[in-house]
Amino acid sequence: MSSRSNKSLICISCPIGCHLTVEYDKDNLREENIKISGNKCSRGITYGREEVLAPKRTVTATVSIASEIQRRLPVKTTKHIDKVLIFELLDNLYSLKVKPPVNIGERLIENFKGTGVDVVATMKLDR
Amino acid sequence: MKNKVLDVAIIGAGVTGASIARKLSAYKLDIALIEKETDVAFGVSKANSGIIHAGFHHPPVTLKSKLEIMGNSMFDQLNRELHFPFKRCGIIVAAMSVEEMKTIQELYQRGVNNGVIGIELCNRSRMLELEPNLNSDVTGGLYAPTGGIIEPYRFVFSLVESARKNGVNIITNFEVVDKRETNNTYTLISSTGESIKARYVINASGLYADKISELFGAKKFKITPRKGEYYLLDKSSSYRPSRVIFPVPTKISKGILVVPTVEGTTLIGPTAENINDREDFSTSIENFEKIFYATRRLVPAISERDIITSFAGVRPAAEGGDFIIESYPDVPKFINAAGIQSPGLTASPAIAEYVKDLLKKQGCRLVEKPDYDPYLDETVKLREMDHSSADQLFQKDPRYGNIICRCENVSEAEIVHAIHQGHTTLDGIKFYTRAQMGRCQGGFCSYKIIKIIHRETGLPFEKITKRGRESYILKGSIEDDWKGVVEVTNTSLQGGTTRDMQTGSPDNNAQSAGGNEGNT
Amino acid sequence: MREAVFDTVVVGGGAAGLAASKIIAERGYRVALVERENRLGGILNQCIHNGFGLHYFKEELTGPEYAQRFIETTAGTPNIEVFLETTVMDVKTSRADNNNSGKGSTNSPGTKEVFCYSSRYGVLKIITKTIVLAMGSRERNRGNIGIPGTRPAGIFTAGLAQRFVNIEGYSPGENVVIIGSGDIGLIMARRMTLIGARVLAVIEIQPYPSGLTRNIVQCLRDFDIPLHLSHIVSRIYGRDRVEAVDVTPVRNGKPEMEETFKIKCDTLLLSVGLVPENELSKKFGVKINPETGGAVVDAHMMTSVDGVFSCGNVLHIHDLVDYVSEESIAAASFACDYMEERGKWPAAEQFPTVASSNIKYVIPNSYDPEINNRFFFRPMIVKNNAKLCIRMENEDKEQKTLLEKRLLHVQPSEMVSVNIKSERIKEFLRDGEENRLVFSIQ
Repeated sequence: MSSRSNKSLICISCPIGCHLTVEYDKDNLREENIKISGNKCSRGITYGREEVLAPKRTVTATVSIASEIQRRLPVKTTKHIDKVLIFELLDNLYSLKVKPPVNIGERLIENFKGTGVDVVATMKLDR
Repeated sequence: MKNKVLDVAIIGAGVTGASIARKLSAYKLDIALIEKETDVAFGVSKANSGIIHAGFHHPPVTLKSKLEIMGNSMFDQLNRELHFPFKRCGIIVAAMSVEEMKTIQELYQRGVNNGVIGIELCNRSRMLELEPNLNSDVTGGLYAPTGGIIEPYRFVFSLVESARKNGVNIITNFEVVDKRETNNTYTLISSTGESIKARYVINASGLYADKISELFGAKKFKITPRKGEYYLLDKSSSYRPSRVIFPVPTKISKGILVVPTVEGTTLIGPTAENINDREDFSTSIENFEKIFYATRRLVPAISERDIITSFAGVRPAAEGGDFIIESYPDVPKFINAAGIQSPGLTASPAIAEYVKDLLKKQGCRLVEKPDYDPYLDETVKLREMDHSSADQLFQKDPRYGNIICRCENVSEAEIVHAIHQGHTTLDGIKFYTRAQMGRCQGGFCSYKIIKIIHRETGLPFEKITKRGRESYILKGSIEDDWKGVVEVTNTSLQGGTTRDMQTGSPDNNAQSAGGNEGNT
Repeated sequence: MREAVFDTVVVGGGAAGLAASKIIAERGYRVALVERENRLGGILNQCIHNGFGLHYFKEELTGPEYAQRFIETTAGTPNIEVFLETTVMDVKTSRADNNNSGKGSTNSPGTKEVFCYSSRYGVLKIITKTIVLAMGSRERNRGNIGIPGTRPAGIFTAGLAQRFVNIEGYSPGENVVIIGSGDIGLIMARRMTLIGARVLAVIEIQPYPSGLTRNIVQCLRDFDIPLHLSHIVSRIYGRDRVEAVDVTPVRNGKPEMEETFKIKCDTLLLSVGLVPENELSKKFGVKINPETGGAVVDAHMMTSVDGVFSCGNVLHIHDLVDYVSEESIAAASFACDYMEERGKWPAAEQFPTVASSNIKYVIPNSYDPEINNRFFFRPMIVKNNAKLCIRMENEDKEQKTLLEKRLLHVQPSEMVSVNIKSERIKEFLRDGEENRLVFSIQ
C-alpha cells in the first residue's frame, strides 16, 4: 500500500480562486500520481501539481535607483521561481543599485542561479 | 544663553505661559519661554474644547470667575492684533426638564451678577429658533451671546510668534528637572544637563505645576490630572450647530458639549475622569458611548458615521478648584500660575495681566519698550481665498499653488511657513496649518510633508517625528533595514548582468533623495 | 488668471482618467487631463505587485507596467494636454445643468468652468463641455473605525505604508500588525515580510476575508502569517510609538472582552476599506449614492449634473483595475456620444436599476433599453453556486424574470458583472410603467 495524502489548496492562477483538493502519494511523488479536483480550468491542474512538486511564485520587489523621481525601482521575475529561492533572490536584489534611464523589461539579473528566471525592471524612469 | 542671566524665565509654553510671555514682551526684559516638549502648545493647550466662556459657570467670589470675565472682554482686541481663528458664536445651555430649568435660573442670575453682557433666559421656541437642530424636547435654556470658540493651539502659536517678534527666547525640548539658587539668580537645569539663568521664574507648567512649585519650595498642592475625551466630526455633517451647546452643568463638570469649531468641523466631548497618569491620552469604548449618548440628547442627529478622529486631553485640576496664581514671601521672585483648567483659555489674557502685576510687586522693574509691536501679519490661508486673489498670490510665490493637503486645501508655501516658525513635527504642522487634519487624516499628504520637512530642515526621514520625543514615523531606509544584505558585484551574480550597476550605499541614497527634492 | 478651452476635462490621471482620456482623444475631442501628482498612473505606480491586466490585456502585469501601457498611448496623442501637479479646486456649472442646487455661474448652458491650482500654471480656468470625474478613492483611517487607546506614531493606512516602502524606500516599522484583510493590507503583509519586517497578524472583523482569495494564499499563507477572522483590535498602546495592541474575538457581533490577547508590535497598518473621493463632486451638486459613496449615474455613466460623467473608484470601489479601465472606456464613450448628439441626447427614456436581496448596489443606477447594458454589482454574501436573478418589476409589483444565471462563487470582495442586450430588455418593457430592473442573489 502506498501512502496517499490529501491537500486542500486555493488556486491562484486567476481571481476566481478555485478550491482544489490535491491527492498524491508522498512516497511516490510523480506528476501522473497527483490527482486534482475542484478546478474549473486546466490551469488548476498545473497549479495543483506545482504546489505539491515544487511551489513557485513570481517575485516582485524593488531595487535601489539613483533617480530624481523615486528612490526605488520596481522589478519582477520573468517567470515563477521556486519558493525556497525567494529570500536568496531578495538578498541579491537589495544589494543592487541601478542608474537611470531604465525602461520596462530591462534585465537586471539574468538566469538567476541557472533557473532560467530573469529579473526585469517594471517601471520606466528616465532620470 | 548659558552664561547670560535673564530677567524672567517662564516654565511652560501653553496658553498660560505664552500669554504671560507675550504680555511681558512689551517691557524691557530678557525673557525665556521654556517648554519640555518639541513644540509649544503640545500639552494641555492642544486638546480642550476651545471655548471662550461667557462667565456664568463660576460664582463671582472665585479668581476663576473674575479672570474669566476680564479675559473674555480682551479677545476682540487680541484677535485684531494676532488674527487667530476666533468667533463669538454664542453659547447656549439647554435644559431638558423643568428640574434643570431651576439650575438655568441660577446660572442666569450668576451671569447677571458677574456682568455677562446680553445674557438671556430662553423658552423652548427661543431655544429652537437659536438652534434648530436641538432636541425638540428641550424645555428652555440660557443664551450668552458673548461666548465664543477659538482654536486653542493656534491661539498659543500666535501668542508665541508675537512674543518672539518682541524678543522673547523660545526654548523647546527643555524639561526643568532641577534648580540652583545663587546671588539672587535661579539656574534652571534640564533633563539633559543644560541650564538657563534667570532672576524671576514663573511656573506655568500645567500638569506639572505642583512639582515645579515643590522644586522651588513654594506652596504645596496637588494637581489631579482630569482626562477628557473628544470626537471630531466631519464638516459635511448636516446637524452642525451654529452655537456652542452646553447641557445643564453638574457639580463636578460643565458636561459634555457640542462645539461648532471655527474651521467648520463639530467637536463633541469632553468626559471628565480623574486619572493618575499625567500622560494618559487614551480613549475608551465606554467614553465613546457616553459622549455620543450625552450629545445626542442635545442634538439627536449626531452620527458616529461622521467621526474623523478622536483624542483625549488632560486638564490640570488643582485642589480647591480655583486657579492658584500667587507669589510667596518666603520664595522670592517666584510666581505660580497653576491649576489653570477651564476656563483657563478664556482667562489667559487676564492671567497674564495678573501675573504682570504680581511680578511688579515682587520688585521687577517694568519699563515699556518703545518698539513693542503687538501686531502680527495675518497668516495666508489659501482655503479662505477666492480664485483671483489666489492667482495673484501664486504670481508672488508659486508654492502657494502646490496643494499638499487636499482635504483642507493647504499649500506647500503654508507648510514651509509653519516649518520656518519652528513647527517641525507632523503634529506641529497639523496644528499650525490644518494639513492632515481633514477626513483623510494625513493618508495622502503626510509623506509629502515629511519630504518638505526634510528639505527645509535637513532632518533625515527617520528622525522626523509625529510629536517629538521618540515618536519617529519611519524605521529607516529599506537598505539599512534589510538584515541579509550581501555585497555583490556584477561578476558575482549568476550569469552576470546586462546593465551597468553598482552596489548600494546609504550615502548615495541620501543624495538621490535630495535630488528628488530639488526637483519639486 | 489663465484660461483654456477643451472639449473635456478629465479629473485624475490614474487608471480611470488615463483610459477615459485615451478614448475621448481617439474620438477626436481635445482633452485636458488634470493630475495632482507629478506623474500619471495614480496608485498603480506604488502597486509593484503583479496580477493586473489579466482581463484587459490578457497577461499578467505589475501596477507600473499596467499604467505605462496607458501612459504611452496618451502621452503621444496631440489631443491630450496633461496638467501635472495641478489640483482641481472648484467647478462652476450653468444653472441649466444642475437640478440640485442653485449654485452656478451665468455662463451659457452646458458650459462648465473648471478652476485648477498649480505652481506652474497659477490659477487656470478651463472652459469645457464635459467633465469626467476620475479622482479615485481614499483609505478609511483610524479615526473612521474608532479604535480606542492612545494615538502614537506608527499607525499607517496600508496605502501610505506602501508608498513609503515602494516609492520613498523607507520602512514604516519592524513588528507589524495589520488591521483588515483588504487587498492592500494583504499585499502589504507580504511586502513588509520581503523587506525584512515581521508581520505578526492580520486582524479581520468579518468571518471571511475582505480581499481576493489569491492574495490570502500568496501573501499570508506563503509566509505563515496568521489571519484572525472575526477579531478586532480593541485597544492601541504606546505613548510615542505603537507598543502593543489588544486583539479581541467577536461573536455574534459582540466583542468577547475576556478573551482579549495582547500582541507586542511597533507598527499598525490599516486596510479597512476605501471611500470614493467625491468632495469636489459634492461641491458642485453631484448627487451621491449612499450605498457606494460615489455619484448616482444613469445608463450612460452620467451623473446628476448634465455633461459630467464618473468612472473608476470615485464612482464605486473596484477590486480589479481591469474593470476600472473597462468602465472608464464606457464612460468616456458616452461622454463622446453626448458631445456628438448634444441637445437631442439621450434619445431614450431610462428606467431605474434596484439592488435587492443580498446585493449591496448595482451600477449604473438606471438602464437604457436602446443600448446593450453592462451592469456591475457587489454581493453581500459568501456563497458557492449562487443564483443571480434579474427581474422586471412594475408598479403593480408584478415581477417577470428577465435573466437567471448560476454564479459558481460569490463573495463581497469580488464584484460581478453582467451584460443584458437591448432586445432582451425590450421584450419585457411596458409602456407607461416604471420598468424597474431588480437584481438579487439567492
